[in-house]
Amino acid sequence: MLIDEYDPLKNKRLQILDENGNVNSELEPKIEKKDLIEIYKYMVLSRIADEKAFALQREGRIGTYPPLKGHEAVQIGSAFAMNKNDWLFPVYRDMGAMLVMGVPLDLIFLYWMGNENGCRFPEGTNVFPIAIPVGSQISLGMGFSWASKLKKEKAVTLISFGDGATSAIDFHDGLNFAGVFKTPTVFLCINNQWAISVPRTKQSASKTLAQKAIGYGFNGIQVDGNDILAVYAVTKEAVDRANKGDGPTLIEAVTYRMGDHTTADDASRYRSEKEIDEWRGKDPIARFKSYLGSKQIWNKNFEKETRKEAEDLVDEAVKKAEAEPPPDIEDFFKYTYAEMPWHIKEELEELKESLKE
Amino acid sequence: MAVHNIIESVNLALKEEMKRDDRVIVLGEDVGVNGGVFRATIGLLEEFGDNRVIDTPLSENGIVAGALGMAVNGLRPVAEIQFMGFVYYILNHIICHAARLRNRTRGRITAPLVIRVPYGAGIRAPEHHSESTEALFTQIPGIKVVVPSTPKDTKGLLTSAIRDPDTVIFLEPKRIYRAIKEDIPEEEYTIPLGKARMVKEGKDITVICWGAMVRVVETVSEEAEKENIDIEIIDLRTLSPLDKDTIITSVEKTGRALVVHEAPKTCGLGAEIVALINEKALLSLNAPVLRVTGQDIAVPLAKGEDYYIPSVDRILQGLKKIINF
Ligand SMILES: Cc1ncc(C[n+]2csc(CCOP(=O)(O)OP(=O)(O)O)c2C)c(N)n1
Ligand SMILES: [Mg+2]
Repeated sequence: MLIDEYDPLKNKRLQILDENGNVNSELEPKIEKKDLIEIYKYMVLSRIADEKAFALQREGRIGTYPPLKGHEAVQIGSAFAMNKNDWLFPVYRDMGAMLVMGVPLDLIFLYWMGNENGCRFPEGTNVFPIAIPVGSQISLGMGFSWASKLKKEKAVTLISFGDGATSAIDFHDGLNFAGVFKTPTVFLCINNQWAISVPRTKQSASKTLAQKAIGYGFNGIQVDGNDILAVYAVTKEAVDRANKGDGPTLIEAVTYRMGDHTTADDASRYRSEKEIDEWRGKDPIARFKSYLGSKQIWNKNFEKETRKEAEDLVDEAVKKAEAEPPPDIEDFFKYTYAEMPWHIKEELEELKESLKE
Repeated sequence: MAVHNIIESVNLALKEEMKRDDRVIVLGEDVGVNGGVFRATIGLLEEFGDNRVIDTPLSENGIVAGALGMAVNGLRPVAEIQFMGFVYYILNHIICHAARLRNRTRGRITAPLVIRVPYGAGIRAPEHHSESTEALFTQIPGIKVVVPSTPKDTKGLLTSAIRDPDTVIFLEPKRIYRAIKEDIPEEEYTIPLGKARMVKEGKDITVICWGAMVRVVETVSEEAEKENIDIEIIDLRTLSPLDKDTIITSVEKTGRALVVHEAPKTCGLGAEIVALINEKALLSLNAPVLRVTGQDIAVPLAKGEDYYIPSVDRILQGLKKIINF
């Protein structure tokens, strides 16, 4: 079992597909060809959608947006390893994972455009709204998975969060309760080296973030977060364990935030171009592309078609989001409670009156 | 004199106080190398070093608990919370410790600590970045709450807050961080906590407001003048403790009052002000005191926030209700 073997205290980090595209065939997960193609398509879609969101922000068509570039392997690989009943508690940067889990792209754009309707996912989408208070999803998601256990349902909750979030008080609560109650939870820490301007080394004196799990009484494992095969394999194993009643796992995916923290940030103030360049050489998509090449799946034509398909999906989603009428004024009021109390009704009426004049 | 905006005034006050008193230290997320997400602490790390300008791990609870411990142990920490939406993590230490230490120890141990928090809507920010929940803090005995509305006041009030012997929550109206510029004295000066500012004298009605709302009310005043309504505008500056004298003297003169705030109406600070006027000046009133505030809903995202923030029209509507009573 990978999770038992790759002990973070022994300095082990799981990698299956290395930076040059070499595969460790002993550990290579068996993924059907059609799924390999799907995975690649989602990686490309995420990147193109991400670039689009960034461009839209610069044109003033979307609000502040947190780019995901560099996270494609962690997001797509982990989401692909989940089963139909499983739930994702995503962090704000998780557009790629959310797409895999079935959140429509136009809704994601709509949300970042500042429209609450973008937060109402279609029925059957097992995705909680993104967490903006950093780390709050860790304890809350734990509670969700705890309920699955109490209800004797076979469902795992995957909670994703950043390296910065491991400092939040909710990290302690989430992992501690999960350990005590052996909840079916996968804690996915996306360690992208930075929490805005604070580097990973200043976030925790712990050598790895994965080893923090040990203190809570369960396994942690560090994985190359730019290696989608490794992310997929380890998430699948963690999900299977949770399903079998073996409790939670902490996965630390080591990756890099290639862009600014958000469109409101300027990372050149606190990190070097050299560091970014180093990570550019570890690009998760390029690596998986060469893997697909070795499987005779990828070729130039396939690339062209995949990109075209993704670009069309993104354009359509932007069109749809921008065509959405502004939210109905009543909608800001009517979801406060199941039934609208008198004072909120009064406030709504006053607002409508002031808009008439 | 030199022209500065509000965010620069924060920076100037911090710099001056750090120079004057080496017990003053600054801590928070991204306050050092990055100079703060709004650049309030820019240049401080270079000038004072990383012993006094500290980038912390990502935990508001940790930042404030740590700062509180430092305050108890003789330092004068100024902690930054990035947005008011993330301030709730600190409530336990504020309520259970900072606010009570003086009382628990009968004056032996105190908590001279400042917590700076950008607050309020109006910049099309993401979810949880637009809150205005000052009343959570004004409800806590033992804590002072300060909100500047101009660059000059920002520097003077922050300086006073840092020198104050008790815990001060210093709320910064981020919507107008860069919107107003004015001449600020180069030399150090303080503006006393607990004293409101008379923004404009008038005879018909007293409008009580603070922070980013002051500017909106000034616009309302110009509109109202066209209809011969002469407004007196009070900028509270300190929300706790309230400047009772300025409020009551004004209401006794005008006989009418309106409170404007961004926070939700129910149990907002407006309720306290109305109660105070009732208790102290009921017989001077010609009409009920009204409130124009944010509604009792979650602050809407960008596309809806203008419905939420008290607008010139909504404030005028409230004014007229009172005048025509
Ligand atoms: C409780 C809280 N404090 C502060 C913030 C402001 N903030 C947003 S993201 C962020 C850094 C998060 O870093 P990390 O957890 O590593 O995730 P990343 O952004 O790198 O994906 C901060 C400080 C917040 N959203 N929530
Ligand atoms: Mg990070």
